[in-house]
Amino acid sequence: MTLLEMKGIHKSFGDLEVLKGVDLTVEKGHVVSVIGPSGGGKSTLLRCATLLETVDAGSIAYSGEYAVTMENGRAVYASPAALKSVRRRFGLVFQNFNLFPHWSVLRNVMDAPVSVLKLPKAEARDRAMGFLEKMGLADKADAYPCQLSGGQQQRVSIARALALDPEILFFDEPTSALDPELTVEVLRVIRSLAEEHMTMVVVTHEMSFAAKVSDHVAFMDGGVVVESGPAAQVISAPTQERTRKFLEGFNQL
Amino acid sequence: MSFTTMLTTMLPGVGRTCLLFILTAVLSLILGIFVMFLRQSRIKPVAAVTKIYISVMRGTPLMLQLLVWYFGPFYLFGWSIRGYRFTAILLGFVFNYAAYFAEIYRSGMGSVPVGQNEAAQVLGYSKGQAFIKIILPQVVKRILPAVTNEVITLVKDTSLAFALAYQDVFSLAKQISASQTSFMPFLIAGIFYYIMNYAVAFAMDRCEKALSYYTI
Repeated sequence: MTLLEMKGIHKSFGDLEVLKGVDLTVEKGHVVSVIGPSGGGKSTLLRCATLLETVDAGSIAYSGEYAVTMENGRAVYASPAALKSVRRRFGLVFQNFNLFPHWSVLRNVMDAPVSVLKLPKAEARDRAMGFLEKMGLADKADAYPCQLSGGQQQRVSIARALALDPEILFFDEPTSALDPELTVEVLRVIRSLAEEHMTMVVVTHEMSFAAKVSDHVAFMDGGVVVESGPAAQVISAPTQERTRKFLEGFNQL
Repeated sequence: MSFTTMLTTMLPGVGRTCLLFILTAVLSLILGIFVMFLRQSRIKPVAAVTKIYISVMRGTPLMLQLLVWYFGPFYLFGWSIRGYRFTAILLGFVFNYAAYFAEIYRSGMGSVPVGQNEAAQVLGYSKGQAFIKIILPQVVKRILPAVTNEVITLVKDTSLAFALAYQDVFSLAKQISASQTSFMPFLIAGIFYYIMNYAVAFAMDRCEKALSYYTI
């Protein structure tokens, strides 16, 4: 079952064309890693998928529910009500967490279920505590984000995203702001989600993580997907010269 | 005139100064929110007009503005300005201070990271919810020191109402001092303003402390 289908995505910022016709398909239960050099369009693709940026051309559908379609060569977005329902299907974990600093950890995780999904407070609290426990942060429920390490903050933000029960979870360089130790702590959580068959799209620079955890890898550069396929193949035996060069750079370190 | 007589003569002035201060503070803090939104309106002419308004309010003396508010209707339209004194004073103060507050709010809004709004959007909060629940509390924390400054200035600026013969503490001090050839009224007025500002600073400090449970 296809959870996300992006087709022919074009996106420009002024004169700079960042995405030049990108396709991305994500099947239920799969983990897709998007790798590639900075400025290659990975984050922009994710921001388009999560409706934080509007595309110039292309279509995006979640489980067949269209957020954007092409009509007469123009990208047309669905109605605000339709987009609202589409938004419920995905979650996003940011590079710099973007937790709400004025709320406790618990409130960060349970507020959206209460305010957006209209869940009863007690139920939302129980569920939030469950997610925090899963993240190993139950004892931090009453702490504020500023009292946590970067790794802890990122795990809270994963819990916050999971609390809305998304069908698909996006990660935008989730460990780029973290030191190696904290990186491992967050990658372990993502890995445990993968083991539970959570559908995820991870933009990352962690090659060994991408190789081990993802089913699919897409290598992006210059605004296009240069190569994509099973993780093992793309990372250990890339067919494209550009991909090979990029990965060689990593191995030379 | 004895000291106690001076004090009791000046007491109604204290009331008038407090009244002007409280009304101006409340109304201009609220009006400032609207001015801020107009200033950032997507409709270009609205934003441009608001910008000019702010520029004029900040670029001309408040005392001059008070005179224009009071005498303007008479000179421009020949309207009677009987019984209009306090309204004119209030209009002058509120529109002047709203301009300053609007700019403080704007700087506060601008300093909240874009990621906060983006996170709210992805989590499904409506724009109104995101503003009220997530952005506004952080803006309040950020602008509190600047607002405190402005409110303290307002306490002292209320004395400009003497230009329209408003019988506030400052006006009365001037009158009594002249009639009694005494320095004491000025001292009393000075101590009053100081105490009032001390109270304002104390209250605002309490607010800052109450919001210091988190850092941004």
